[in-house]
Formats: sequence, C-alpha cells, structure tokens
Amino acid sequence: MATQTFQRTWRRRSTRRELALWFGWLLLVALFVFCWQVMTENTIWMFVTDAPRQAADIGSRMFPPRWEYIPALLEPLWDTLNIATLGTLLALFMAVPVAFLAARNTTPSVRFVRPVALLIIVASRSINSLIWALLLVAVIGPGVLAGIVAIAFRSIGFVAKLLYEAIEEIDESQVEAISATGASKAQVMDYAVAPQILPAFAGITVFRWDINIRESTVLGLVGAGGLGLRLQESLNVLAWPQVTVIFILILITVLVSEWVSAKVRHAII
Amino acid sequence: MLRLNDLSKVYATGDRALTDVSLTVEPGQVVGLIGPSGAGKSTLIRCINRLVEPTSGQVFLGDMEITGLGRGALRQARRRIGMIFQEYALVERLTVMENVLSGRLGYVGFWRSFFRKFPPEAVENAFRLLDRVGLSDHVNKRADALSGGQRQRVGIARALEQDPDLLLIDEPTASLDPKTSRQIMRLIVEICDERGLPAIINIHDVALAQQFVQRVIGLQAGRIVFDGRPDALTPDVLTQIYGEEDWSATIRKADEDGDEAEDELGNEGDHHGAASVDRERLAGLT
Repeated sequence: MATQTFQRTWRRRSTRRELALWFGWLLLVALFVFCWQVMTENTIWMFVTDAPRQAADIGSRMFPPRWEYIPALLEPLWDTLNIATLGTLLALFMAVPVAFLAARNTTPSVRFVRPVALLIIVASRSINSLIWALLLVAVIGPGVLAGIVAIAFRSIGFVAKLLYEAIEEIDESQVEAISATGASKAQVMDYAVAPQILPAFAGITVFRWDINIRESTVLGLVGAGGLGLRLQESLNVLAWPQVTVIFILILITVLVSEWVSAKVRHAII
Repeated sequence: MLRLNDLSKVYATGDRALTDVSLTVEPGQVVGLIGPSGAGKSTLIRCINRLVEPTSGQVFLGDMEITGLGRGALRQARRRIGMIFQEYALVERLTVMENVLSGRLGYVGFWRSFFRKFPPEAVENAFRLLDRVGLSDHVNKRADALSGGQRQRVGIARALEQDPDLLLIDEPTASLDPKTSRQIMRLIVEICDERGLPAIINIHDVALAQQFVQRVIGLQAGRIVFDGRPDALTPDVLTQIYGEEDWSATIRKADEDGDEAEDELGNEGDHHGAASVDRERLAGLT
C-alpha cells in the first residue's frame, strides 16, 4: 500500500489551550479529593457502618402503615393545597408588576427602577420558603396564613425572574407595529406584549404551583399549617406507621399536581 | 403632502444613518426608495413617524411638523400614518380581525380596546378591508396560521384601518416569493391609487421598483444620490447607488413579465412581447 503523507494538520485547540483544559480538570479532581477529606474527617464511622441496621429498624417500625390515620390527614391536606394555590395566586399579583419593572424593554428607568425590581427578585429567591415561614410564624403567628405568605414571598422572585426574561425576549417588531398605529403605552402592553408572553406566563404559573405543593407539605414543620404539622407531631411521638401514611399521601399529592401541571402546560404551549 | 427638511440621524453608537435628507412627496405619489443594505432606508421611514428619533431636521405632514410634537400629539399624528413591515410584524397570537382592528387603537380608549369593543363602523370597515385584500374567509384565524402573502395582506389591512393620509412601507416583499411579491406590490399600488394615498416604499428589488412605482429615490450611505423616474435608472445610476456591478440583466428584467423574472443573472430577456402587455395593464392601473 502506498503511504500518504499529510501536509496539513488541524487541531481544535492550540497546545496552550489544551494544557489549560487539562489543568482545569486536574484542579477539579484535586478539589474533589480535598472536599472528601474534609467530609470524612468529622464522620463517626461507627454510625455509618451501623446505618443499614438502623434503616432496617426504622423501616420495620414503619410497616404496616396505619391507614386509619388518613381521615385525620384530610383537613391538613386541604390546608396544604390551599397554601400552595393561594400562595401562588398572591405571588402572581406581586410578581407581574415586578417583572415589567425589571425587564429592560418595559421598565420606566433602567438606571433607577430596574435595580430595585432586581433586588426584590434576588431577595425573594435567596431565602428558602421554610425560612420565610419561620420568620412569618414569628410575625403573624402560626397557621395557614403564615404558610400562604411564605409561599408567596418565595414565589415572587421565581415567577418575576422567568417572566421578565420572557418579556425581554419578545419580538420588538410587533411592539413597533402597534406603536406606529398611535396606540397608547397601555394599549401596546395589551396588544403587542401580553399576547407574546401569555404562554410563558401560564407555563411559569403552573410550574410554580406544582413546586409550591411540594414545598407547602413541609411548611408545617415550623408551624405554618398543612401536612407538615401532622408529620412533626407523628415524628415527635415516634409514630412511624403514621409517618408512612403521610409520606404516601405527599407522594400521591405531588404525583397528581405534576400530572395536572404537565397537562396544562401541554395544552397551552 | 410630506416634506422632509435636512433630516439627519446619528445613532448612539456614532453611526451616521442619514445626512441632510430633503424630499417632498406629492399627494397620491408612490415613491420607491432603493439603496444597498445599510444605506438608511429603514431609518428614513422610521424617522418620519419617529419610531426612530431624528437627530436634526424637520418632517412635515401637511402643515404639521411631526418632529416638534409632544408625546400625545405624536400619537395623534401616528394615527394618520399607516405602516407596513418587512416581516409583516403582525401580533402572531392574535386573530386576523384583532390585528386589523389594532389599526384603530389610536382612536379608542384603553378599556374599549381591552375588551375588544371597537365601534361598529370600525368593525364594518375592517370587514370591508379584509374583503378588499381577499381574506374574508380568515377573519377569526390566528395570524400565525396564515401564509406569508396572506400575512402581508393583513398588514396592509391594518395600515388602511387607520384611514391614513400616508403609507410608510418597509420592504414589503423581502420575505415573499416572486409571484406573491408582485401580487402584493400590485395590491399596494392599486390601493394607493384608489385612495389617492401617497406612499414611500423601501424596496430591495430594483426591477420590482421599476415595475410598480412612479418615482424612485436612490439612497447611498445616508444621502440621496438619485431622484427621478424609474426609466431613468441607467447602469451608471445603479453603479452610483450600489457600486460597480454588471447591471444589464437587472435593468432589462424590468421589461420582463413580473411573474417569471426573479433569477438575477439568468434569462436571455426574450419576453419583450409579454412585457409590453404587462406595461399596458399597469398603465391602466396606475
């Protein structure tokens, strides 16, 4: 066979970049090893080796589930659904204006108003709803209301962020066309902006509602009403068969909510 | 009717889009604006209704100086200026009827428009216009369900629903096939003729401009370098507007039958018989 000589070579990266890339991976591995060390330093290995036996022990105590407990859970379940739904609605009322103030193309002032809106979004997003609930239980007292407000506060940032990104991605030529007819600002919002963000808005809402159902199941742990309250009570008295029932109920609720939100999103988009 | 006086536009980036553009458009006159990409065609027509704010110079519509108007008065002035866009710029998720009625937004209050309660005469007029552009069967379809040519017809109906005194038309055929392009251009020219409407049409296709408009303005790097009848567009003039190129095929193409000639370089140009017929037909229309 004739041997061919290849004159031109091609490489995706230069030698330097190749080396930099390898070095980057090396750093990552080193970091992992270091973190592993830190983690294991304070681990009491006796507990770890004991883990399977403990798990089996708790597991055996959790079965059979105490199904008679279900009627006592229906009201907290209803509370949980209400917390999620009302909290989401409340969040929408506050998030929509914030989103319009945060989006570059609709904000009245990029320099002054937009940073404030972004701050609201970040503040709301950076605090977990469990922590919001903790604060609010202290402020407005334990109960469903604290849960609703906690869910709403946490959701504002989420909804507003996704919505303002959707607003920034709209097709400006449609806005231009409606403005060119002599329409007022409010009319431009209604005719050119709203139709373009409506699918995103609906999708975000249902998605957040779905997340809120999951989050509201634990809010009771800090006294903000719902299933979590019963979960804590049962854990306190080591009533493991009841805990099982609660877990199963949460699982079913989350499955149903996910199914609903998937259906709704599919119908809209 | 429309008068531009030393209009200039410098963008914030420092790009000079227009330099001292002065021109007058008479009532009922359809003007084709040609020029290479980036010559300032879009900027020019957007400066007229101030979608783009001109840096200096004046725009007069009749006796009104548009460049001097405040917010509210500008909105009222925009009602008199219909605009048609390159990519149609319809609100995709609204119905055809809503899109046409949006031409009326400058005349109705927010809540009436929010609940889609337009005055009966506006609705009647919208139906008439949809009949005129041949879309009466699509009234309740969503705009994104239509083909390109149909969408541009909706765009035309929306502009006419304003009952404008002037049409600004930005590359109306750039996204359409040759046949549809000619149909749309013919429709625009006919409508302008019916209503005695003046229009400025930005257009890429020189042959199409020659075929349909009475006056051509050539823009090059933000300045007017040609203003005259379409048959005065000689290879020299085109070279001045666009730069050096073999223009023989482009110019001859204007004499060919509109529905067949699109290929810039091809065609021997032996359609002169058909072309003269087409010319006569057009003469009747315009």
